Amino acid sequence: MALPTSSQTVGPFFSCGLLRNPLNDLVRPETRGDRITIVGRVLDGDGVPVPDAMIEIWQANADGRYRHPEDDQEARLDPAFEGFGRVGTDANGAFRFNTIKPGAVPGPDAKLQAPHINVTVFARGLLNHLSTRIYLSGEVLNATDKWLQAVKESRRRTLIATPENAPGAHVYHFDIVLQGKDETVFFDF
Amino acid sequence: MKSPAPYRRIANEVHPPHLYPDYKSSLARAPSHALVRVKQTLSEITGPSRSRDWRDGDADLTHANGGEALGERIMVAGRVLDEDERPVSGALIEIWQANAGGRYAHPSDQHGAPLDPHFTGIGRTVSDDRGAYQFMTIKPGAYPWGNHPNAWRPNHIHFSLFGAGLATRLVTQMYFPGDPLLELDPIFQSVPDEAARSRLVAKFDIDVTQPNYALGYRFDFVLRGRAATPMEA
Ligand SMILES: [Fe+3]
Repeated sequence: MALPTSSQTVGPFFSCGLLRNPLNDLVRPETRGDRITIVGRVLDGDGVPVPDAMIEIWQANADGRYRHPEDDQEARLDPAFEGFGRVGTDANGAFRFNTIKPGAVPGPDAKLQAPHINVTVFARGLLNHLSTRIYLSGEVLNATDKWLQAVKESRRRTLIATPENAPGAHVYHFDIVLQGKDETVFFDF
Repeated sequence: MKSPAPYRRIANEVHPPHLYPDYKSSLARAPSHALVRVKQTLSEITGPSRSRDWRDGDADLTHANGGEALGERIMVAGRVLDEDERPVSGALIEIWQANAGGRYAHPSDQHGAPLDPHFTGIGRTVSDDRGAYQFMTIKPGAYPWGNHPNAWRPNHIHFSLFGAGLATRLVTQMYFPGDPLLELDPIFQSVPDEAARSRLVAKFDIDVTQPNYALGYRFDFVLRGRAATPMEA
């Protein structure tokens, strides 16, 4: 068996290579599903915004199907939805994605997982990338989701995006706190 | 629906710890809580393996803006494999690097070495049916950084890979054999296992060398392999 290749940090200068074509709008006019916007900031252990992070997201379409050969569910693919986005944080550590609310996808227990967006975080200072999930506040399936249940109740709120008071727009807020008291839950899978 | 097999776990010594105090930038950015260990689902086994705007490759970095880049031309070639040594085809591979003088074409690089108008230092390609890839580029220079007094990064090329699933995402750096700075570099030294560390160093390979044109280095990637049994249904 071959030894896997080790991870190393992206360092400070990745944007020229990885963010040539940032992709933070996943929606086309014909994309199916409810439009949502995710806004947030990446913060370090001192509460300081991280201006040199990159966030990648990966999600199912509105019917709960991933555009991938190993997802052979009967749910429909959406020719106008890829499910991938990536963007850098700005000088204030902020990021934004325009996407659609993902449908529920099955979990390992054959029950549906709560709708979620998979998140991968890269930054100078991170020797390994970090994985988390954005869940949406108010979803019934949040109560039974296996991954949420694997997290201590006091920390679950760090995984749940909260709606902002923006009339007519479905804007959810999701900060990524790398370290400290309000540290976001990161997963190992 | 059939249940795909999850990816195997990687031994702890292969990847760096999140907190590695010699690497100062990890101090305020490494998570302080243990990661929450969970079972893979369809969400982690799938991944952005074939996104639409990835098909246009640019695997030759030696020309830009109507001229030839300065420095020692090198060919970097290798294969993307999984732990069972099966080829990983269709993997998007992106690279970025400093120029021959050790300077990135990046607005926040403060190093006083000259920029090269004919070198952007960025490239991408996709592994073929055998998992093979190659880049023609310039050997990057070492550069100073602020981690500690008189700190210099060894010569390196940054690599980003998407395998078949989210679980195989990898960002790493390729180093060069015989570099005296490797011993002193906290980022390279953060990998606990010596064998794993040495795998980050490319091998000079005369068979990769392009006669009368460029020296050749071989650098293979090994992504996580699949478990023998499917995910529990
Ligand atoms: Fe670098």
